[in-house]
Amino acid sequence: MNQHAESAVKQIEIDGRLVPYDTERSVLEVARKAGIDIPSFCYHSELSAHGACRLCMVEIPDRGITASCTLAPEPGLVVKTNTDAVRAVRKVALELLLANHDMNCPTCSKAGSCRLQELARRLGIDRVRYRRVSETRPLDMSNHALVRNPNRCILCGDCVKACHEIQGIGAIDIAFRGVDSRVTPAFGRDLAESECVYCGQCARVCPTGALTPRSQTDAVWRALNDPDTFVIAQIAPAVRVALGERFHLKPGPTMTWRIVSALRHIGFDRVFDTAFAADMTALEESRELSHRLENGGPLPLFTSCCPAWVRFAEQYYPELLSHLSSCRSPQQMFGAVARRYFEDPARRDHRRLVVVSIMPCTAKKEEARLEKYRRNGQPDVDYVITTEELADMIRGAGLSIDRLEPDSFDLPLGFKTGAGLIFGASGGVAEAVLRCLGADWEPNLQTNRAAFNSLHQNGPLREAEVRVGQRRLKVAVVHTLSQARRIAELVRAGDARWDIVEVMACPCGCINGAGQPSSITAGRGEYRAQALRDLDTFLDFHRPQENPEVDRLCREINGRGDHIMSRDLLHTHYAPRKRHWGISAPVCDAANPVTRVTVCLGTACHLNGSRRLLQDLMDYLRENNLTRHVRVEAVCCMEHCDAGPTVTIDGETIHHATLDTITGILRTRIADRMGASASV
Amino acid sequence: MRGASPSTENISASLEETAEKYREQLGRFNHRVIVCSGTGCLAGGAEDVYRALVDAARKVELDIALHVGDDPTRTGIFLSRSGCQGFCQMGPLVTIQPDGILYCKVRPEDADAIVRDTLLDGKVVEHLLYRNPATGVRHRGTVDIPFYRRQRRMLLGYCGEIDPENIREYIARGGYQMARTAILHMEPADICDLVTRSGLRGRGGGGFPTGRKWEAALAQPGTQKYVICNGDEGDPGAFMDRSIMEGNPHSVLEGMIIAGRAIGACRGFIYVRMEYPLAVRRLRRAIEDARSLGLLGDHLFGSDFSFDIEIMEGAGAFVCGEETALIASVEGRRGMPMPKPPFPAQAGLWGRPTVINNVETLATVPIILRKGPDWFRQLGTEKSPGTKTFALTGHVANTGLIEAPFGTTLREIVLEIGGGVLDRHGNLDPRGFKAIQIGGPSGGCLTQEHLDLPLDFDSLRGVGAMVGSGGLVVMNHDTCMVQMAKFFMEFTRNESCGKCVLCREGTRQMLALLEDITEGRGTEETLDLLEETARAVCVGSLCGLGKTAPNPVLSTLRYFRQEYLAHVREKRCPADACPALHVPEIDPEVCNGCGLCVRQCPIGAIRGERKSPHTIDRDICIRCGVCAAACRRKAIH
Repeated sequence: MNQHAESAVKQIEIDGRLVPYDTERSVLEVARKAGIDIPSFCYHSELSAHGACRLCMVEIPDRGITASCTLAPEPGLVVKTNTDAVRAVRKVALELLLANHDMNCPTCSKAGSCRLQELARRLGIDRVRYRRVSETRPLDMSNHALVRNPNRCILCGDCVKACHEIQGIGAIDIAFRGVDSRVTPAFGRDLAESECVYCGQCARVCPTGALTPRSQTDAVWRALNDPDTFVIAQIAPAVRVALGERFHLKPGPTMTWRIVSALRHIGFDRVFDTAFAADMTALEESRELSHRLENGGPLPLFTSCCPAWVRFAEQYYPELLSHLSSCRSPQQMFGAVARRYFEDPARRDHRRLVVVSIMPCTAKKEEARLEKYRRNGQPDVDYVITTEELADMIRGAGLSIDRLEPDSFDLPLGFKTGAGLIFGASGGVAEAVLRCLGADWEPNLQTNRAAFNSLHQNGPLREAEVRVGQRRLKVAVVHTLSQARRIAELVRAGDARWDIVEVMACPCGCINGAGQPSSITAGRGEYRAQALRDLDTFLDFHRPQENPEVDRLCREINGRGDHIMSRDLLHTHYAPRKRHWGISAPVCDAANPVTRVTVCLGTACHLNGSRRLLQDLMDYLRENNLTRHVRVEAVCCMEHCDAGPTVTIDGETIHHATLDTITGILRTRIADRMGASASV
Repeated sequence: MRGASPSTENISASLEETAEKYREQLGRFNHRVIVCSGTGCLAGGAEDVYRALVDAARKVELDIALHVGDDPTRTGIFLSRSGCQGFCQMGPLVTIQPDGILYCKVRPEDADAIVRDTLLDGKVVEHLLYRNPATGVRHRGTVDIPFYRRQRRMLLGYCGEIDPENIREYIARGGYQMARTAILHMEPADICDLVTRSGLRGRGGGGFPTGRKWEAALAQPGTQKYVICNGDEGDPGAFMDRSIMEGNPHSVLEGMIIAGRAIGACRGFIYVRMEYPLAVRRLRRAIEDARSLGLLGDHLFGSDFSFDIEIMEGAGAFVCGEETALIASVEGRRGMPMPKPPFPAQAGLWGRPTVINNVETLATVPIILRKGPDWFRQLGTEKSPGTKTFALTGHVANTGLIEAPFGTTLREIVLEIGGGVLDRHGNLDPRGFKAIQIGGPSGGCLTQEHLDLPLDFDSLRGVGAMVGSGGLVVMNHDTCMVQMAKFFMEFTRNESCGKCVLCREGTRQMLALLEDITEGRGTEETLDLLEETARAVCVGSLCGLGKTAPNPVLSTLRYFRQEYLAHVREKRCPADACPALHVPEIDPEVCNGCGLCVRQCPIGAIRGERKSPHTIDRDICIRCGVCAAACRRKAIH
């Protein structure tokens, strides 16, 4: 009783109000829970306390001013959050930041959702009295997923901690000290030359526009306005439960249909659902799992829907790539299947097909650019825009989304079961596969209730044993790559006990992807996950095999009643991806070369015979007396590991290079540049 | 442990034996000549003096021993090196015992005179004695030189006497006996209690009670704890810790062993900045010697207590003197402070309870154990017992490393130990004192009115300064206080780690504002903004570096506001030390009234009859300097 009473009085006084607390780490968290938003930049509920921005200062009588993010609550503590002294410190801190900030706010992609902007307004800063000290540094546009704008960085350190703590990668860190400090990949390189997997968690937590998803909306607008194109959209499940946040609207079926309607207004010719492809993914993956269970592995089967996880595995765990499901991600399955479906010119009004994905994710932007997802140079998915970008397009089109007439998805690729929908939240892919395999899943059936409930929890690692027919499948679900690394280490050490492991790079899964509306509210992930599960309940079908359109589509594509989809549309392959940048060695050091050749000797290319190729090339050059004209360099690696041997000639990349192709090009180059004088 | 080490029981008994034997050997020598090998004297050529003394002695076939050998019949002269003897300005210094003679500014060519006159004939070489600039009187040695007479060299005494690279010299003075007492005869809690009762406070700047720090670490569960000696002395002009590490490294090691015993740690680290190569070398040698005698390693003095020490070299970041940044640096991470709590005593190095003490604090601990807390409390003030070392420098007659009990007034330090203030020509100026900067970049500036303030942790804090690590810079009237604040601000701007906004951006902007003031762009609003920023940085920064960085600004604004106002209102630097505010003056002795400057002046500020000296109207002069460039007789400055 006494103990109970004691725990009941755990409270602190904030601005004269008694506020109870329980497990909160800091006074800041207690205050936020009580509805007092103490300003801050560097505090993030998912990250460790940093104490760098000095905005969350509060006054403790007799103790003075201190940062509330690093102040643990203790019974009886008295906190004042808005005294003159506190306001003075905050104002100076913010003004100092602004003096060193690239203040081209109207043109910043973060305008409107920028925390710096919001706090400047809230703290009443109407001018900056300090000397402007910001210098212009170049942007990092090295990749298709993320843009780094160092001029907008306020060095709060959130991105660095997200990369270290959430993902366990550390692709970026703070370099130099004092006023020279900056966030950068190692050795001042670009992101593309770092170990970045493009998950974008850094951008998700960035309070300003220093790290943002790289927008493709201009390209999409151009395609939409081009009379010769037939533009189709696929929307990922997670998009529909978050987009409304930008418009202060709640998620639900109506919201989804309004998004469809908005897309039609914007000009998309067809609006489809990535959840349709997710149904196919679940079907394929359960087939794969069954096959492995019957044929002795390799187990566990890792899911492969998350491109950041796939890249992570390729970079750090090449020896585990055989464990990855060979299924394409839903986005890429959709792209391939849609292209096949619309091969029939009549289906696309004889216009050129453009596939646009709307994703919660930045890694999807890079995934769509991968060489292996191109056919004859044509990518399966042309453009990937994020939830935020879609919101911008809707606003850009002047649409009031809440006043649009709800509309439904197009068929056949717009029909889905609940299994495809729940892909958007951590645990969803595993559950969809289990549903497909025949596990009882309905809440009212008792068999697997506890198991599924435990998979729905939000711990970093959830495990369950699910009864599927006579079998009990051991399932693990992890989110964040730091957790994935733990699991991968266990698998590598042979200590893994699971049959299937679902990995999502973002906390809580795709719903917290870097393309989603930014939010510092704790618990946003759980909210969106629940919204997805509600949408699942709302649907008629919940198992992927119940999707009638999948079957119908197969038949239509194959045109002869065959319901098996061709394997290459649904599956892919992986290749080790070791990051060794800038390693090169001249092999033939011509003084005045007319042409330059680089041959990749990275692991994958080496296995594909690049070393032999280099030797043959050198023999050829010597025999033909060309060593004076050609500079040959060995490099490691060019990251086209799946298309090796990779060779570049004067910057032009040649995949699957052979001696004949190279010498063919070289002959013409030399003849072109040296004229008849050097006939070969 | 090294293979050849004597058994541990033996060393415990043989500490006294070793000491006795060594003292006996020393006693056979007629004279001991000690050449100061502190960094200052080494830079002044002490090594050459040492070699010249050897040569001079050999020339006259004087028996000169460079080591205390085992030969019991050996007599004659013993020549050795020591750490800093303190009077750096007068270096290279040579002390002759037992005569108590201190020779100053010794050059190699003086070696013959020292050997011939002093060592052979027992006469004093007059011209090498210290001459008091105030009285013109020459003084024979530390006993009567005012610089030394007013000091209480409890800690630094040995520094200037013993050979830091010879462990027997330290043992001969009772060294390591207190480590043995702590290990064999005291419980950890008793040691903490004793240190608490002594009132010892951290010498690194904060002044936190050392005993309480130890108690906090002792109270933590677990067996893996650490002791770190903070030797990352980075204040400009401070060299107290350096001198102790160079001059008496074993006292630091013994202090660490006692601290280790007190909190139950088994490993210690000495964090020294790599800019102190001599300190690193001597500490390394000291650790090796202590290990070889079984004074570091497993089962010290036959007990269950094991303790060993490693050296970590810092890369020279000022911020790594801050505890949490230092820990990060030792762990191999970027040297950035972390929010406290948790305090290092709770979760420090690798998350384990860790005590971090300054060099001087640790070197004081064996003395407290030997002489007892009551003896220690007799020194200094009630709240700040003991002595404190200071690096005294600036416009003062005697500069160097000094040690005085807390409670000594600034007047005693500046006028008596320091020997008075110098003017710009280096002459004593009884009315020359303008200010004293105390505590380096974290400290503040004090004025004439504070001269009788008894120095201690609390009194200084009360007037906006701090002991800091102990830098004392005396300034005369030629010093501009805005420039002074700017100097330190530039230092902290460069040394800020960049983590927290207020320190990173605040120091940068305060420096910019100070530049505005010294370059004539400032207004009274600039002063207001400077003060507002300084206060915010002071209360809001994450670590001690940031919290104290505005002290030079705030204290000068407080005590020298008129000087700031002259800069912004009249665009005038009262000390005439800001080049941009300097109004040219025409020397009437040199000016021949040629009128060249009048024609060049763009503003018409120069007047004067032809062929008679001209004058500049300072109210309208724009300080462009064209006149000075035009003058052929160089009459304009």
